Amino acid sequence: MDSSEMKQLRILAAKARKGAILGTYHAKSGHPGGSLSAADIFTYLYFKEMNVDPQNPAWEDRDRFVLSKGHCCPSLYAVLALKGFFDWDELTVLRHVGAMLQGHPDMKGTPGIDMSTGSLGQGVSAACGMALAAKLDKKDYRVYTVLGDGEVEEGQVWEAAMFASHHNLDNLVVFVDQNGLQIDGPVEVVGGIEPLDKKFEAFGFEVFKIDGHDFAQIEDALNKARNVKGKPTAILAKTVKGKGVSFMENQVGWHGVAPNKEQYEKATAELDAEIKRLEGAC
Amino acid sequence: MAETVLKATRESFGEALCELAETNRDIVVFDADLAAATKTGVFQKAFPERFFDCGIAEGNMIGVAAGMAAAGKIPVAASFAMFATGRAFEQIRNSVAYPELNVKIAGSHAGISTGEDGATHQCIEDIAIMRAIPNMMVLNPADHWEMKAATKAALEYNGPVYIRLGRLAIPSFNDPDTYEFELGKGITLHEGDDVAVIATGLVVNEALKAVKELEAEGIHARLINIHTIKPIDREIIIKAAQETGRIITVEEHNVIGGLADAVSEVVTAECPVKITRIGVQDCFGFSGPAWELLDKFKLTQPHIAAVIREVVGK
Repeated sequence: MDSSEMKQLRILAAKARKGAILGTYHAKSGHPGGSLSAADIFTYLYFKEMNVDPQNPAWEDRDRFVLSKGHCCPSLYAVLALKGFFDWDELTVLRHVGAMLQGHPDMKGTPGIDMSTGSLGQGVSAACGMALAAKLDKKDYRVYTVLGDGEVEEGQVWEAAMFASHHNLDNLVVFVDQNGLQIDGPVEVVGGIEPLDKKFEAFGFEVFKIDGHDFAQIEDALNKARNVKGKPTAILAKTVKGKGVSFMENQVGWHGVAPNKEQYEKATAELDAEIKRLEGAC
Repeated sequence: MAETVLKATRESFGEALCELAETNRDIVVFDADLAAATKTGVFQKAFPERFFDCGIAEGNMIGVAAGMAAAGKIPVAASFAMFATGRAFEQIRNSVAYPELNVKIAGSHAGISTGEDGATHQCIEDIAIMRAIPNMMVLNPADHWEMKAATKAALEYNGPVYIRLGRLAIPSFNDPDTYEFELGKGITLHEGDDVAVIATGLVVNEALKAVKELEAEGIHARLINIHTIKPIDREIIIKAAQETGRIITVEEHNVIGGLADAVSEVVTAECPVKITRIGVQDCFGFSGPAWELLDKFKLTQPHIAAVIREVVGK
């Protein structure tokens, strides 16, 4: 990836973060913290990695994405809007009565959403089913899913992990957005999930540990994952909850609270400044 | 009338899956380490490349089936009714029914006729659980021929379906030459206006024997077989309530949340009549041979006949 491509991704990610702030502000609810931590992963997947067609969201040979940590959909919605799946203004009615964009992803109502998720631990199983379907049909589409680090406390994640390696799903990539915080506090205090790399290795995964905000590292891990044969890949991405908005970073309180008007304006101004800085830097 | 077939509906289900999979390449089957018991094992033998044992992990099995359906397959996920609808309730609710994915869930060893395994394996709540989920169709076929027809219809229908299978071998009572199955349509098995007996599943045959027995005593009981509990046949129930004025429901399920409530929901809204509920009276089962348990729980012909006599007042 050259520097101009990298810059474009950073600009898109900053716009996606703006979208997440815009959506949760208008919804007066939602989950900005985890939306911001996963925004770079979503951006890379949709603008660099995945083979999708916004004009034909149900194209049967497309790569699939399942947001297993469904509550972080505001930034995913923003990425889908930037990609052209639907209008950006939908974000201004996120979670409103009659709106297309639901509080958690709804595959029936939202173009680009490949699986309805929201109940933690379930998306990763659906991703396994899609990956298995590709194998059965001898198709070469790939399936990506993003889990939260708190989410891996769910037993179903490990049922799915066993299944994925048992069925040699090398077309499946499981990201864990390791922002280190869950609702009740730090993940290591509440759930104690480490050593996560050794756990996924023991469950038969190829494991890469990366900085989830570094596009070069995301690219490197995904490229390596394409060459992994016979087993699924887990990419453990260290991230910052609330990334990109100074007063939200690493604050557990921003898990599920929407910004008020003043906070919305401050966050938007910060992200606008970042976009301007990036656009100015040639 | 063709010969009576003595067969558990789980076996009829396994046979039907194999027949349907011959022509429909999209059918895939999942089980959770109970393939020999749910009879998906016969499918496994015939179509090994389209069968996936998920191990003892029902929640993941339902999720994988949902993902498969999202990718265009027609997955059938089987386990005991207890674990399919109990353990995996929320996966069914959120990953299958909410997105309205084309997954068929088969719950075998339903009801107390599971027998010797005892209360932990005798699911008496599955119909209630599945019926309460929006978008979910609920089927409870009563004999071999009905199960085969219901399985075919379920697989041809595009959407989530729960289908209840029994462990116990039971005699068929339908005539395959004349039998017609239609999703959502009840079947009148015996005419009469003294009382309407509305039954579902394994106990339909017991109710049929009971109403026939009572003809000799001058009691003319109507018998309706409800194989589709949801969406229920409102018309046949309202007509029965209007023409007979009293209803008895018969089910191998808790009297809370199952057929009795489904019938009651229609009747109380359209034509209130008294409903007497034959079923498991809100208590757990216990170990024992299936027929002895069915008798103990008053779900067999003599007990059903006694209730009908009492209700009719003869």
